Amino acid sequence: MFKIIHAQFLAPGIKRFVIEAPRIARKQKPGQFVILRIYEEGERIPVTIENSDPERGTVNIVVQSVGKTTHLLNSLNTGDSILDVVGPLGKPSEIANYGTAVVVGGGVGTAMAYPTAAALKRAGNRVISIVGARNKELVILEDEMRAVSDVLMITTDDGSYADKGFVTDKLRQLIQNGARIDLVVAVGPIVMMKAVADMTRPEKIHTVVSLNPIMIDGTGMCGGCRVLVDGKSQFACVDGPEFDAHNVDFAVLVQRNSMYRDAEQKSMAEYQRAVSAKAGEPAAEPCVAASSGVQGEQR
Amino acid sequence: MSPTVKKSLNPVPIKDRMKVPRQAMPEQAPQERAHNFTEVNLGYSEELAQREAQRCLECAKATCTENCPVGVKVTEFVELIVAGKFLEAAAKIREDNVLPAITGRVCPQEDHCEGKCLLGKKVKPLGIGYLERFVADYEQRMGKHVLPSVQPTGKKVAVVGSGPSGLTCAGDLIQRGHKVRVFEALHELGGVLVYGIPEFRLPKQIIREQLDYMREMGVEFETDVVVGRTITIDELMHEEGYDAVYIGTGAGLPQFMGIPGEHLNGVYSANEFLTRINLMKAYKFPVYDEPMLNLQGKNVAVIGGGNTALDAIRSALRLGAGHAYVIYRRSEAEMPARIEEVHHAQQEGIDFHMLTAPVEFLSDGKGWLTGARCVRMELGEPDSSGRRRPVPIAGSEFDLPLSVAIMAIGTTANPIVQTTTPGLGTNKRGYIQASEETQRTTRKGVFAGGDIVTGAATVILAMGAGRRAAKSINEYLATGEW
Repeated sequence: MFKIIHAQFLAPGIKRFVIEAPRIARKQKPGQFVILRIYEEGERIPVTIENSDPERGTVNIVVQSVGKTTHLLNSLNTGDSILDVVGPLGKPSEIANYGTAVVVGGGVGTAMAYPTAAALKRAGNRVISIVGARNKELVILEDEMRAVSDVLMITTDDGSYADKGFVTDKLRQLIQNGARIDLVVAVGPIVMMKAVADMTRPEKIHTVVSLNPIMIDGTGMCGGCRVLVDGKSQFACVDGPEFDAHNVDFAVLVQRNSMYRDAEQKSMAEYQRAVSAKAGEPAAEPCVAASSGVQGEQR
Repeated sequence: MSPTVKKSLNPVPIKDRMKVPRQAMPEQAPQERAHNFTEVNLGYSEELAQREAQRCLECAKATCTENCPVGVKVTEFVELIVAGKFLEAAAKIREDNVLPAITGRVCPQEDHCEGKCLLGKKVKPLGIGYLERFVADYEQRMGKHVLPSVQPTGKKVAVVGSGPSGLTCAGDLIQRGHKVRVFEALHELGGVLVYGIPEFRLPKQIIREQLDYMREMGVEFETDVVVGRTITIDELMHEEGYDAVYIGTGAGLPQFMGIPGEHLNGVYSANEFLTRINLMKAYKFPVYDEPMLNLQGKNVAVIGGGNTALDAIRSALRLGAGHAYVIYRRSEAEMPARIEEVHHAQQEGIDFHMLTAPVEFLSDGKGWLTGARCVRMELGEPDSSGRRRPVPIAGSEFDLPLSVAIMAIGTTANPIVQTTTPGLGTNKRGYIQASEETQRTTRKGVFAGGDIVTGAATVILAMGAGRRAAKSINEYLATGEW
């Protein structure tokens, strides 16, 4: 059992948990993730590590509600426990002094982009961070990102905060203005990571993306998370999750992440029915997010 | 001292024992069991066990024991069954094997003890596996077992991996007085026993009981620890004070064939398919949260001919598959699976496409599997494994419509421990180098055994390695010599 020391919403549907996990806290490096299971009948899902405190033995995870498990998780509070938390998993980000690094975080992906941006800054890079969200309420970790960036740019899809548009608009401007860029790291929705890759490919800018396929064990034993990179199967949990964006087959990732869409919707609908019944309310329509409630979207 | 002639308790005279037929194992009817996950074999009654035990020829040179990877004293425990001393028989097995309820069920006895039984030269060999299973189950039913008393040595050993090899090593070490802690990456203990082998062959309850017994003996377990990620071997030894480490992490990474279409939705590795079913109980979705593709009425094929392949396809059948196929590139004679399981699968209605291999997986154009293009094979010259090499027959391609394909063509070494442990030697296939005799690796105080050393093998061979390692660790801890 892993105790939740503190739980707090950062934005609607996006919650940060501080979890007591001393072994993970001691070892965690930017780019890594955990797999967790909330309760006995639960599934295992990969979740972003935002930060950790080796002294206090705590790990911060950031979770967005998209399906049953993440809704359940985000209903937990300070003092509750999570049955299983395993990690840190995956290869750490390759941190070096590249020169100028552009770190792009989309939605909850910002939580994973943050430790990488911080590490790149510590390694002596000039860090330009671009954070994007659908609207003002969903912008997360602004202060944290600002603290580790030389330049911070924020976009919202609807223009309700900072600049209207997508993160890729900012990246395009940087490229068009002839800014020196030695590395781009993008973490977020697949469409965003693909758009970033397509933009930097003709410019031959080294670009790394953190992939978010469906996972079970997260230790390399099942291959459920296999992704097609440079025409070859790679296991994102042990060979990644970060890969050279220009070699990733994003279409296969999208296709594989849709594998259990029907089951996920069914699971979410039943969960919502149960929650409503408990609250004595009529069953609500399945929420919009549930239709994209792919496990992998967590990361 | 005059040699004492031991008087046999067996009421059947030696000359008549060959006339007693091997007692069949009662089992669920094929048409019934093909739709449930309840154990196929139902186990011997006391009467059946005693009658079967009476067939033992009590050989002076027990070739059965010599051929058991952990050296179970077969004639001695069988004699105790003949005498009706079932608990004593169980204790006798436990001297050499801490997991008898498991090995009695999943060992390929035809390759080990029963394969060398003298009876087998004329009639059917003694049902050693069935008898072992009987006494282990009897002991559990009675709820009685004797805990060995041991003197603590003050030494600490970390066991990495809670599969058959790690559990055996831990069981032997605790009986020698060492403090033992087992680290497991998954949330449940048992390794392949819990994620790989299905309920209908090995009920999970049996594993839990064996683990409880080990806890009673004093073995400590910690789940959710991926050694190499959560903690390294060096940290275990230098920071957590372990005097020795045993690595029994298994051969985890599934292999794929590298043919077109393997990334399609509907193509699973056997490890993933079985993990979803056995560990995550996806067949109870949505009571359990882990989903899997609906197999009801679908065409499902497994590629491969080992026990894993049969476990996967028989599970698919139980999940409602309309047609279930085994696609194997050699012939039945070369199948590495246990004979009993092949028979069980055939009885349940699984179709075997022998001498056949897929060359491509076919797509509906939207990323979903619709079939496999297969080619027929013929057997050519023997290859490095000594088996005749399958050669494709030109022009024999045919398409098999499929919704799900499960790859069970083998596994390779998981590199997590090796790549995070400086100085730990590996061979060219990435497996850990360890002495066959002592299981010592190239790192002082670090031992390894089971599939992570040999590549994928059997439960009992992994247990044999765990036993040898425990003996060798014991010697190392006593002398400090490497």
